[in-house]
Amino acid sequence: MEHKEQKDQVSAQRVWQPKVIAFVCNWCTYAGADLAGTSRIKYDANIRVIRLPCTGRIDPLFVIKAFEQGADGVLVSGCHPGDCHYNTGNYHARRRWTLFRELLEFVGIDLRRVQFAWVSAAEGAKWAEVVNEMVQHVRELGPFEGYHVMLARSGRDAWLEKAAAGGGNGSGKGVAGGTPAVQKAE
Amino acid sequence: MARIGVFVCHCGENIGRTVDAAAVAAAASKFSGVVHAVDYKYMCSDPGQNLIRQAIKEKRLTGVVVAACSPRMHEPTFRRATAESGVNPFLCEMANVREHCSWVHENREEATAKAIDLVRVIVEKVKRNQPLVPIKVPVTRRALVIGGGIAGIQAALDIANGGHEVILVEKDPSIGGHMAQLSETFPTLDCSQCILTPRMVEVAQHPKIKLYVYSEVEEVKGFIGNFEVKIRRKATSVNNALCTGCGACQAACVVKKVPSEFNRGLGSRTAIYSPFLQAVPNKPVIDQENCLRYKAAQKKGIPPVESTVCGKCLQACPIAPQKAVDFSLWQDTFVTEKVGAIVVATGFDLPPLSTYGEYGAGKYADVIDGMQFERLASASGPTQGAMKRPSDGKEPKEVVFIQCVGSRDNARGCAYCSKICCMYTAKHTMLYKHKVHDGKASVFYMDVRAAGKDYDEFWRRAVEEDGAQYLRGRVSKVYKRGDKLIVKGVDTLSGELVEIKADMVVLATAIVAQRGAERLAQRLSIAYDMNKFLSEAHPKLRPVETNTAGIFLAGACQAPKDIPDTVAQASGAASKVQGLFSSQELARDPTVAHVNEAACVACWYCADCCPYGAIEKKEIRDKKGNLIKMVASVNEGVCQGCGLCAATCRSKSVELDGFKDEQVYAEIVAL
Repeated sequence: MEHKEQKDQVSAQRVWQPKVIAFVCNWCTYAGADLAGTSRIKYDANIRVIRLPCTGRIDPLFVIKAFEQGADGVLVSGCHPGDCHYNTGNYHARRRWTLFRELLEFVGIDLRRVQFAWVSAAEGAKWAEVVNEMVQHVRELGPFEGYHVMLARSGRDAWLEKAAAGGGNGSGKGVAGGTPAVQKAE
Repeated sequence: MARIGVFVCHCGENIGRTVDAAAVAAAASKFSGVVHAVDYKYMCSDPGQNLIRQAIKEKRLTGVVVAACSPRMHEPTFRRATAESGVNPFLCEMANVREHCSWVHENREEATAKAIDLVRVIVEKVKRNQPLVPIKVPVTRRALVIGGGIAGIQAALDIANGGHEVILVEKDPSIGGHMAQLSETFPTLDCSQCILTPRMVEVAQHPKIKLYVYSEVEEVKGFIGNFEVKIRRKATSVNNALCTGCGACQAACVVKKVPSEFNRGLGSRTAIYSPFLQAVPNKPVIDQENCLRYKAAQKKGIPPVESTVCGKCLQACPIAPQKAVDFSLWQDTFVTEKVGAIVVATGFDLPPLSTYGEYGAGKYADVIDGMQFERLASASGPTQGAMKRPSDGKEPKEVVFIQCVGSRDNARGCAYCSKICCMYTAKHTMLYKHKVHDGKASVFYMDVRAAGKDYDEFWRRAVEEDGAQYLRGRVSKVYKRGDKLIVKGVDTLSGELVEIKADMVVLATAIVAQRGAERLAQRLSIAYDMNKFLSEAHPKLRPVETNTAGIFLAGACQAPKDIPDTVAQASGAASKVQGLFSSQELARDPTVAHVNEAACVACWYCADCCPYGAIEKKEIRDKKGNLIKMVASVNEGVCQGCGLCAATCRSKSVELDGFKDEQVYAEIVAL
């Protein structure tokens, strides 16, 4: 019996793979991740990188959107303080991030799911470490369902369905508490 | 409807080994909007690019996604191919399935799944990309070269000889750098000064070169073609327009015991000094830290011109009626120059000797480093080239050279090879033997790395003709017994412990990054590596460019380098600058922000956070000229495309081209 339970757990783990989305800046962390590649440093494959010019371009809503779309963890990474390609972009990102993390914690998101790291263009090995650590945390925490529980409680999905059924443009512009939905491309 | 073509590259086996490229192409062909998906062995090759060109025409593609290496590597290549077929280049993007996928993962299944995800993300982005047109900006055809060593000198001369103005900034009172300190150079043993000083004079006399010595770059603003540089001119207390460089002030100065930087502490200089006789420009400066009048004035809190202490240099100055020594010139001044390109040639530094205590460095006067040996061997050095050891001036009869002191030693923080030490140590043994015929030179080495034209032959000459004894092994300790330095080491080839009673020990210490390289890199917004050497844009294909357009590298600021490599790179950087200056206008990346004037509420948050001051206030007026409202407006020439404003805007009125909210959200949703 006990054995079977263990087996079930193992197979469950196999089915679920953590999904970690990373928002990185083009000049430091993206280049650092490139360096990890050219140095053939192996790391966990559960990371998906979205490239932006600067961490300062990261709208906190991107992070919310990522969770809404089923991310189990979000990593934000950019240049070290003082090294920003755009001089001060990472400082703005840091301030924004500090406040935003507090807000996330307030609404009940485990902060181990949202990480911020400085990774320079020279730190390929650090990038691999940061990713492995992050994925490891998320693996331990398990799938992130909190956001959808929250949504169900707020009744937003029901509202959307109703709006859609009623012919209204439910998937149009952002709804209070949510984020703008993506418009269909031409 | 979007008609996207997906092109998956195998990169030989680099991608194909871990990512099933055919499966990625097959999966991509099912994505909505994708009308064409293929895989190919080498997408960047001509036949590979042809696949893209043909598909664009035959399938009437409106967007191209290339799943291959990093966009930092080949994005320009594929964008060019796309543009050649009549599609706007900004409708082509790359999914990085090599650096970010096949090279870093081992499980083929996982890596393939990830590659498919990465392609889907970029497909969704490209569907929402808009054609962009490069922005034209004027080019200031004037270059700034930072650093007046051989790299900076070569770059400055090349650019100036190409007909463009150059501003050369050097932090020391004279140009020449480390090369001026060397005695003779490998592998030809020609005198360093003899080949360098004519170049220095050429720089000083060149009508196109403006030389700022004793100056440092304080601030850099702007972008390629349009930099604005603030230069700090350190106070020299000497009026260069009047000074003839006669040297009377230096002879009169009573402070005579300041360790000479040029002689690496082996000789001394005065407080008012010119670093060496062949200095260019040959005008002295007053070192404020050591000058008696400056010290007294600072203690009293008055400007030195009001002090009456010492003033021997002033009395000795023969220029009349106005003296060239001028204590009213005691404050640093600033100049601002406009330039279109910058060459960074700040060179290297050497660690303080005391770093290597196990070899008695910093403790025993006769344990010196390679640069000090250069000064001992140099005709312009403290001994006029006579081989005399520092402690008692005796001729050393037995000298031990230790290589890889600090280099190739992770525990010391320098995992890298300093590259030039094998060669200069071989040269040192030769110089020594040429001066002390009955002397004995022993070298402890790890490996002899003598790759380069005529290099291997050179070090063999040191062994075979000049009789240098090479011992493969490390030294564990150097200590003093009587007036001898006992060097204990091991010869790993014979397996025996070795003990040598030496008269002098020369350490080939690691070459480290210039002090303050990090700070300069931050001012220039360029990258540096973990050893604080400045980073090139690509290690193989863009070795003289940095990741910041318009800023180039030359010499040992990038990595340890010998003189031939330094000069070659400096000429390379100079030709890049001249290439840039060959046109009046420059096409700039059109990734800039735009404001939706209808939605802007003029809160000016964007203006507050913009690092470049690119946000301007614009008035919206009605037909009668009445002011309706103020809105933000982006100056495209100044905007660098960081997107801070877009993320900051409260009313979502600012969008960054190429990274619009819509595009980023589409990427997130695609995951």
